[in-house]
Amino acid sequence: MKVIMSGNEAIARGAYEGGARFASAYPGTPSTEILENMPQYGDSVYSEWAPNEKVATEAAIGASIAGVRSFCAMKHVGLNVAADPIYTFAYTGVTGGFVIVVADDPGQHSSQNEQDNRNQAKAARLLMLEPSDSQEAHDYMKAAFELSEKMDMPVMMHVTTRICHSKSIVELGDRVEAEVPDYEPKIKKYVTAPANAKVLRATLEERVEKARAFANNCEFNKVEMHDTGIGVITSGVSYQYARETFGEGASYLKLGMTFPLPYDLIKDFASKVDTLYIVEEMDPYLEEHVKMLGIDCIGKDKIPKYDELNTDIVRKAFLGVEPETYKSDVATVVRPPALCAGCPHRGFFYALSKRKGIMITGDIGCYTLGMAPPLGAIHTCICMGAAPSQGHGASIAMRNAGKSTKVVSVLGDSTFFHTGVPSLMGEVYNGGSNLTVVLDNRITGMTGHQQNPGTGYTLMGKEAPEVDIPALCKAIGLKDENIITVNPNDLAEVNAALDKLLPKEEPCVLITRWPCVLKKFSQQDIDEFPTLHKTQCVIDQDKCKNCKMCVKTGCPALISTKEKVVVDKTSCNGCTVCKQVCPFDAIEEVTR
Amino acid sequence: MSEVRNILLVGVGGQGTILASKILTSGLMKAGYDVKMSEIHGMSQRGGSVSTQVRYGDKVYSPIVGKGSADVIVAFEEMEALRWLDHLKIGGTMVINDYQIQPVPVNLGAAEYPEGIIEHLKGICDVHAFKAADIATDLGNPKAMNIVLLGALVKSMGGLDDIDWDAEIEANVKPKFVELNKKAFHAGYDL
Ligand SMILES: Cc1ncc(C[n+]2csc(CCOP(=O)(O)OP(=O)(O)O)c2C)c(N)n1
Ligand code: SF4
Ligand code: SF4
Ligand code: SF4
Repeated sequence: MKVIMSGNEAIARGAYEGGARFASAYPGTPSTEILENMPQYGDSVYSEWAPNEKVATEAAIGASIAGVRSFCAMKHVGLNVAADPIYTFAYTGVTGGFVIVVADDPGQHSSQNEQDNRNQAKAARLLMLEPSDSQEAHDYMKAAFELSEKMDMPVMMHVTTRICHSKSIVELGDRVEAEVPDYEPKIKKYVTAPANAKVLRATLEERVEKARAFANNCEFNKVEMHDTGIGVITSGVSYQYARETFGEGASYLKLGMTFPLPYDLIKDFASKVDTLYIVEEMDPYLEEHVKMLGIDCIGKDKIPKYDELNTDIVRKAFLGVEPETYKSDVATVVRPPALCAGCPHRGFFYALSKRKGIMITGDIGCYTLGMAPPLGAIHTCICMGAAPSQGHGASIAMRNAGKSTKVVSVLGDSTFFHTGVPSLMGEVYNGGSNLTVVLDNRITGMTGHQQNPGTGYTLMGKEAPEVDIPALCKAIGLKDENIITVNPNDLAEVNAALDKLLPKEEPCVLITRWPCVLKKFSQQDIDEFPTLHKTQCVIDQDKCKNCKMCVKTGCPALISTKEKVVVDKTSCNGCTVCKQVCPFDAIEEVTR
Repeated sequence: MSEVRNILLVGVGGQGTILASKILTSGLMKAGYDVKMSEIHGMSQRGGSVSTQVRYGDKVYSPIVGKGSADVIVAFEEMEALRWLDHLKIGGTMVINDYQIQPVPVNLGAAEYPEGIIEHLKGICDVHAFKAADIATDLGNPKAMNIVLLGALVKSMGGLDDIDWDAEIEANVKPKFVELNKKAFHAGYDL
């Protein structure tokens, strides 16, 4: 059967067909939909959200050691978190086929950096596959489990945003069932005490060379001979851009397996063409290998070293042609993303933004948008879980240097569970004095509303125990009186808590508890927050003095023109933050 | 081999470009075309600019519509039409929803929304502008605006009349909205 699928849907389907029985992931754009698509195969494949990528990878590794075909998935930076287990798992090799899906984000559509994880596959020695459309994403994923078993290597499926989020036609197949062996300890293989690990280190090189021999002659690497004046070596979605640029005016070596690289095949292809181009996104990964083989080629001299490629860029780089276009001299206004109308983060940030002279370390999530005007209440964002630890380092360092700047650290619930807990633990253990704010909007918002250990549900829709954040904070050493939970939409409540906690010279935690407005509410949410979506605000134009105070909350439902401010009825969610800041009592709350 | 045709659907997060493109690509696939579609999610869901790119033909390679290559651009919002103008093929058609969404900088008084965009674009390229939101509201629900625009798009592309669009709507929208969306499609098509 043929269906149209995104790369992520195709990877999920490929995993099902390839005989996977276990899947774990932590969400992250552009990889999130892979696991979101797994519950439909729930009869055959168990799937779960892990609190972070390291845990997801370790769980999948455990399943593989137990003899079960398994995979984990993450966005590119997730691999940094998961690097510890994966580098050593490359030594031990697998029992059940194992795949780690890593989704890079060239062009940084939704990411804090643009790292090229093909380098990590090489550094860790993971067998790497790179599909160039949804059909290949499906086929490669399906084949990856058996390949992993045959080579005794973890496989890295390397995809990019354009693969994950583009749709194309996929021919579906049937599931292959892999037998699960009875458990048998393999201590020499899986206990990487130095004596064993040194042996494994040597066999790893042998496995890499065996995989390289396979790569020279496998279905993943394809030679397409046309005109031999130009030869192009390429992989992933870059193949599509190259193919469209040169058509049949060039020959192609399209690499689907890019670690270990097929040196013989590359040499052979290069010998058959006059000029060799390398078309790849981000780092000169292929180019450096080709040059190392002593082969002349042209790549990054012509193609940008960063950002996404597309056909226009490749065409301009190699053929020097640019498309004819319509032009206008009227400038457009940028449309930066903003916290949603009624977002529970807004009230908190509005209150925090009024406190001056503090350093606010931030983290990654929807709440990072608290950095933007008019709120401007996030000063840092480097990586997940860093707000408390960064804040701790900053405040201790400033204190020792004789400075007295107060530090507030802000992170979301999912971020807190990801790596925020050890980060806060370090602060409490080492005598810190910061205020840490956990913005508990009852869901993982930024990536499209995934359940997490605090929400009471699992990926497969089962009820689950909930982390009790105040109790957890107490358990790691915070004093009871230094932990306060508030409704972030109630500015008076937030301000009272800030007044109480900011002057303290001890570690404190403020929890804001109110659901994200885009969350699909559970019965528990409806019971706990009975006013959800029940009301809206309207501006009484007779009372309104057009002072724009409400607009300074940054709510996109407040439409402001020179003459007046109105509430957009289709988007207001009734958080009442605007009503609370209006100095003229011009905003009314009405039932929907 | 027939030439690859290119469509861009552009708008603001939450306007329903994704459903429209889903119906479109599914119809094109059933008609036997090779189809590729690309969209960017993520931060853009929070009120940012969004775009969905659709390409079809005998064989499609890149999923991205290049500059100067869109046969039709459907702009769900006026300023987004202007933003993507350089992607329109010379001689292509710009289908524009006569509808404005103020971006944050305009709301905060830090920038001004350009006036008279539709008239301005009419002086540059072929423009088919109408109030899709009003049409959808008259049919019973402003949210069906996206399907009104889809109808207008299918008409502008030409050559897609043999596809059973009603069946695609049935397959892709909730039962209680099927009738509304069918009407919306035909209203857009018949404009
Ligand atoms: C290591 C890593 N993994 C995943 C992501 C993707 N990511 C960005 S924000 C986020 C979730 C944030 O959720 P939460 O902390 O609950 O905040 P919210 O978005 O709900 O405000 C995720 C998964 C990332 N940036 N880095
Ligand atoms: S308009 Fe007011 S009540 Fe409505 S969502 Fe915005 S801030 Fe909240
Ligand atoms: S998705 Fe939820 S958490 Fe994110 S900005 Fe919107 S309301 Fe806030
Ligand atoms: S804060 Fe009140 S008075 Fe001022 S513009 Fe808003 S509604 Fe009008």
